[in-house]
Amino acid sequence: MHSRLLPALLGLALLAAPAAAQDVIKIGEFASMTGANASFGRQSHNGTQLAIDEINAAGGVLGRRLQLILEDDQSTAGQAATAVQKLIAQDKVVALLGEVASSKSLEGAPIAQRNKIPMISPASTNPKVTETGDYIFRVCFIDPFQGTVMAKYALSKGWKKIAVLTDVKQDYSVGLAEFFVKYYTANGGTIVRDQKYSSGDKEFRAQITSIKGAAPDAVFVPGYYGEVALIGKQARLLGLNVPLLGGDGWVGESLLPVAAGALDGSFFSAHFSTDDTRPAVQDFVRKYRAKYNSTPDDMAALGYDSAMILAEAIKRAGGTDSAKLRDAIAATKNHAGITGVITLDAQRNAAKSAVILTINQGGFKFQETVAP
Amino acid sequence: MIEFLQQLINGLAQGGIYALIALGYTMVYGVLRFINFAHGDIFMLGAFAGFYAGPAVLRITGVGPSLAAVLLVLPIAMLACALAGMAIERLCYRPLRGRPRLTVLITAIGVSLLLENGGQFVFGANPRSFPELITDRALVLPPALGSLATLTITLSQVLVLGIALLLLGGLRQVVGRTRTGLAMRALSLNPTAAQLMGVDLDRIIALTFGLGSALAGAAGILASIQQPSIDPLMGIAAGLKAFVAAVLGGIGSLTGAVVGGLLIGVLEALVVGYLSPTYRDPIVFGVLILILLFRPAGLLGRFQPEKV
Repeated sequence: MHSRLLPALLGLALLAAPAAAQDVIKIGEFASMTGANASFGRQSHNGTQLAIDEINAAGGVLGRRLQLILEDDQSTAGQAATAVQKLIAQDKVVALLGEVASSKSLEGAPIAQRNKIPMISPASTNPKVTETGDYIFRVCFIDPFQGTVMAKYALSKGWKKIAVLTDVKQDYSVGLAEFFVKYYTANGGTIVRDQKYSSGDKEFRAQITSIKGAAPDAVFVPGYYGEVALIGKQARLLGLNVPLLGGDGWVGESLLPVAAGALDGSFFSAHFSTDDTRPAVQDFVRKYRAKYNSTPDDMAALGYDSAMILAEAIKRAGGTDSAKLRDAIAATKNHAGITGVITLDAQRNAAKSAVILTINQGGFKFQETVAP
Repeated sequence: MIEFLQQLINGLAQGGIYALIALGYTMVYGVLRFINFAHGDIFMLGAFAGFYAGPAVLRITGVGPSLAAVLLVLPIAMLACALAGMAIERLCYRPLRGRPRLTVLITAIGVSLLLENGGQFVFGANPRSFPELITDRALVLPPALGSLATLTITLSQVLVLGIALLLLGGLRQVVGRTRTGLAMRALSLNPTAAQLMGVDLDRIIALTFGLGSALAGAAGILASIQQPSIDPLMGIAAGLKAFVAAVLGGIGSLTGAVVGGLLIGVLEALVVGYLSPTYRDPIVFGVLILILLFRPAGLLGRFQPEKV
């Protein structure tokens, strides 16, 4: 409620300002502000809003203010399509930012493509997202890369037998598992058990019991933070004491508090680390903390980068004409983002490094950076 | 074989939760002939009552995570849920009594949506970590059991089943032995005749909601001890499964609700362990359809033809 009311009030305030309506560039954002993936939505929205506020404080783009219109898709299947539909048809936004979860981006992307409204996903890593069409972009790496990174890492650790536990309801999880398995098995690893669960499940003892029976060296769990925390906890209780491996979906505010130590010694790939000493990163972390009183994660950093790239493209396009804006976004080159240097390739993806983090005593510890 | 037994244990512990929630469905159906679809969300309220009361109780009493802590928080959550259930009945269902059943049913769905979305507004939408009331660990089984000693039974699983069975026993005493219980049974048998005999309809219905909701509250705490991540939407899936359990056992029958709950829990564990989790919900709801087709009164229910 809050999250909808506030932009609405802001909108009213802007309308009331003299001649403001003409001077505003409307940008739509769809995010999971409530529901199971609310951490994704809150973080990416905060990051996006931080960027928009900074741009406006510096005089806006082409002398016009940016106005971010947020729609909550409630982490619910079907709602992302409705949100995007509304942002395009009613709010007449010139571009879209969103979503974090790939299945949500895949709902919104075809609508954006049909209406020729450029869309930049901050954090959806499933390759299908940008394959939707030439108006769909992303500022993060994709799962064939992420899956390979983790498979290589597992092999380098000498783990030859791995069990996989996939969330069948998430395109992200299914895709990431597929790319992981492909590289891992082609390079000498064996998948000893392939188990599945569905988003929203809280009981994983049946799968874990089955996995334990196969005695793997590690378990690859390419899911989202909510379920991963419980999987970690229940695995330890059932005596499955091998490391868990995962992807950027692990990044969520409730992962560590819920897991309560159960994930110590596990590894996952991510986009960004607050341990990164680059001044731009530290500056971003400080600004984010000052504004929201919490620590930014990958989704916040990617949200920030997506908004900055869009603003830059509007500037280069010299306006908001949709074809010109699309071309300007596509031409993004060497943008110094918080999550690394971003150049959009011909497939409209960002080829960037991934970081591998480990969980240790209730915190994420930087392990290594892997270049594409 | 060991893996099968392990899945059975996993399933029974989960089934205990379903059983406790199913009791509330069945009790309300017994006296009002109506499915309270907001019941699953009462389960969620129980978890959140524990979330807020747990740390306070630990701080005030000074007890660490232990059985005592669970036994202290449990009644608080049960009381909170009983009050919530009775308030919902008083405000939302009582004014509609005597109206077509469909009206109340739709109201129940409305109340459910209110609790789910209101819950996200008040408690926040992010999953929260449930405070540790008891340190969960695997029990060490005596080596004399041979290969059975390799089974993992966790403290929380024993606790869930133990408390669920105790509460069921208590409930049977209340319904079977007390005057209030007698009144409940009379109401369920024939509301008009019961009223003519001086049964206070409003009071008994409110008590039924209170009792059923208290059990859902207990289930909320027990489930959160096993799966310490709670969110305002956690009642949806649990509520639906428990509803299937109540129908499977025979709606209106207390023992039936418990049997149904345990069966659904075990069925889920076996389907997930040996088939695929993808089939879990289709099979559970398939069971609902089969029961409705071939044995509408459920396993332990009595079929009562509608008198015209």
